[in-house]
Amino acid sequence: MAQAQIPVSGEYPIGQEQHPAPWKWYDYFTFNVDHKVIGIQYLVFSFVFYLIGGLMAVVMRTELYTPDADLLDPNLYNALLTNHGTIMIFGWVVPAAIGGFGNFLVPLMIGARDMAFPRLNALAFWMLPPAGLLLLGSFLFGGAQSGWTAYPPLSLITANTAQSMWCLSIILAGTSSILGSVNFIVTMVKMRVPSMPWDKMPLFCWAMLATSILALLSTPVLAVGLILLLFDINFGTSFFKPDAGGNVIIYQHLFWFYSHPAVYLMILPIFGIMSEVIPVHSRKPIFGYKAIVGSSLVICMVGLFVWVHHMFTSGTPPWMRMFFTVSTLIVAVPTGVKIFSWMATLWGGKIRYTSAMLFALGLLIMFVIGGLSGVTLGTAPVDVHMHDTYYVVAHFHYVLFGGSVFGLYAGIYHWFPKMTGRMLNERLGKIHFVLTLIGANLTFLPMHILGTQGMPRRVAMYDPQFTQINQICTIGAFVLAFSVIPFLVNVIWSWRWGEKAGDNPWRALTLEWTTASPPIIENWHHLPVVTHGPYDYGRAGQGKAAVTTSGS
Amino acid sequence: MKQIPASIWTLTVGVVVTLIALWAGRQNIFFPEQASAQAPLVDNFFNLMFMIAVALFLLVAGTVLFFAIYFRQRPGDEGDGIPLEGSFALEAYWTLVPAVIVIFLGVYSVQVFAQMGGFATGGGGGNHLLMSHHRHHHTQLVSHGRDAEAPESQAKYGLGGTEPADVTVTVTGMQYAWIFNYPEGIVSGELHIPVNKTVQLNIKAADVIHSFWVPQFRLKQDAIPGHTTELRFTATKVGAYPIVCAELCGAYHGAMRTQVYVHTQEEYEQWLAANQVAQNSDLSEAVAVQTDQMN
Repeated sequence: MAQAQIPVSGEYPIGQEQHPAPWKWYDYFTFNVDHKVIGIQYLVFSFVFYLIGGLMAVVMRTELYTPDADLLDPNLYNALLTNHGTIMIFGWVVPAAIGGFGNFLVPLMIGARDMAFPRLNALAFWMLPPAGLLLLGSFLFGGAQSGWTAYPPLSLITANTAQSMWCLSIILAGTSSILGSVNFIVTMVKMRVPSMPWDKMPLFCWAMLATSILALLSTPVLAVGLILLLFDINFGTSFFKPDAGGNVIIYQHLFWFYSHPAVYLMILPIFGIMSEVIPVHSRKPIFGYKAIVGSSLVICMVGLFVWVHHMFTSGTPPWMRMFFTVSTLIVAVPTGVKIFSWMATLWGGKIRYTSAMLFALGLLIMFVIGGLSGVTLGTAPVDVHMHDTYYVVAHFHYVLFGGSVFGLYAGIYHWFPKMTGRMLNERLGKIHFVLTLIGANLTFLPMHILGTQGMPRRVAMYDPQFTQINQICTIGAFVLAFSVIPFLVNVIWSWRWGEKAGDNPWRALTLEWTTASPPIIENWHHLPVVTHGPYDYGRAGQGKAAVTTSGS
Repeated sequence: MKQIPASIWTLTVGVVVTLIALWAGRQNIFFPEQASAQAPLVDNFFNLMFMIAVALFLLVAGTVLFFAIYFRQRPGDEGDGIPLEGSFALEAYWTLVPAVIVIFLGVYSVQVFAQMGGFATGGGGGNHLLMSHHRHHHTQLVSHGRDAEAPESQAKYGLGGTEPADVTVTVTGMQYAWIFNYPEGIVSGELHIPVNKTVQLNIKAADVIHSFWVPQFRLKQDAIPGHTTELRFTATKVGAYPIVCAELCGAYHGAMRTQVYVHTQEEYEQWLAANQVAQNSDLSEAVAVQTDQMN
């Protein structure tokens, strides 16, 4: 059966003499099946799109410095807000967290030589560049202008060509995500080294497992919604055309059935990164391993049944409003379990203020703000006032920027030495952290007040009474834009001239640190044997990667 | 080296956090003035959650900062921390306490929502018509106003009530204006309502989805093409308040704003009488003027 075809941890020895040479730089621009190359391809690709999406945000914030639409054509403003959201989700956080860290780390962490389906893996990545080009190319036709939610009828009557390109782009990215998810699940189920039982699997892998299940269940529904939308725009169908018997609310259900779980797709892998970074840099076992695993799975399940909280002011019957209020609030419980577990991990540790750890600590505090504002938004009575206001914008930037982006940075600072063999500069890393923390709070904290006081989201022109607060947000956005510079300088400089990292610069215990940095092709000469848990800090043989073989 | 016992510290921190949270819950930094019967319900519920949130945030952020500083690596110490892997009691505690809080908030939100009228939908007037995508149908708009009391065939969603409302207005959202049709035959680009009377809005959309929002009322309801939604409220304060479109509806979405005028009963009747005479003398012209103003 399937098992027979998958190379399960076989001890197929690759001698030093016949081992392939390391990849050259140009290999990273080809259809390469090495999971580590693919991981780095995802990360670099997505970071480029992060910069593009960030630039769009800066242009929008500049427009919002004054109440009138005096900088941009309002159609272009809508195109920017649509593509900013789309790019940050489908071009940055999802591919970076799942594609980037997932691909690079999962096989290394479970002692596999590659993913289960390497060609499928490469195919999944190479769907993203055309998806990205479609989005950028859509600006030649005015750009999709109906928000990243693309609600019909607006999406049916505005910039048809650009909107069609947008649909195709998201369908491509979604297909890529489905292929990736299948790959992750099979890899983790079938390809762990025999000495790694489920309860010794690192928490990042558990998070990726939950993420993959969620993506597999929800993404096809989005694809259905967007294909129907595409047909309505181009082929004369009327699924969502109210004057021809269509129903616009059905689209919202299809869209949010995916797009609410999508926020967990963007945060569960980040939670996984947190569970790796915090124990290593505070030299403590993770507190409550099983509770963290369980909470990932609970979030994955409950997360499938909360989507209508995005539709409290759509044509939603009262019982639905109540059911989804309660289910939404329940998500706070497993999320809280994770937060408290990380806090308890800090207790009694010996905390290193590395850049990775600073971003992880920053995430803890930022995410709590976003989580608490999420609870207020999740209740129908308050949402009836707050829905579609800047309060929502503030909320999701606290969880997506303060959460996901902080977590991605923590992950980059933590695993960059493994990926490149070089350390990042810690001084630049700290400057980057401080600027990011100040910029994020300056940009997003005042937005809470804007929303509750009466400013709707997605507007190019607004009531002049909100001018001052908007100007603070705009200044914050500029700080955020500048905060990327020390990071970029750091990465580019360190990749070439950084201090050599060695196999295990953080003295971490997970398996990826038992091979060379960067890891050799096929990851190890002889597969490692797991002799201890992934977080056994403070135990006998502490701080040493207790495995029998090393890759270098 | 007799230290202050941990219980004293815990008590002090608890008292300080509680006091700050109570204080924060009473500060009105968030909301504009309250002008509807629903507004205090929303504000009080939000302020309660804000109070809990401030307390939780102070505890979490304070603990993280305290641990980060207190348990920092000391110079020269390359060792590991305490090999502590969990505590069932602690984990049960921080699973159950948040669970109790969110279940309480969930139940309480149902009650608040009921008080706001959220469960009493499907009554009132209004009809369900499929609207054209084109906006220059003056006669059609007027006829909607006239038909406002026609029997309802389809369940409507929003905030409503089964009792007849004192005033019923049909609201139509279109790019980028709101049109208000009164049963008396008045068509207006602004909403005029009497204070302290129940007002029922039957909300439709002519082209794309819009969302009717009055921040001072704390109420919002989408206007959905092909559906009629409803919003019932009681304005409690005379004055003029902004009506804002809250759902992205096109390039000039941000400019889709108008006013709601809350009048005393006499003022409202005067306005009604004045406009009935003016508009009924030449109906289609009056509408045309209104529509032009909106553009």
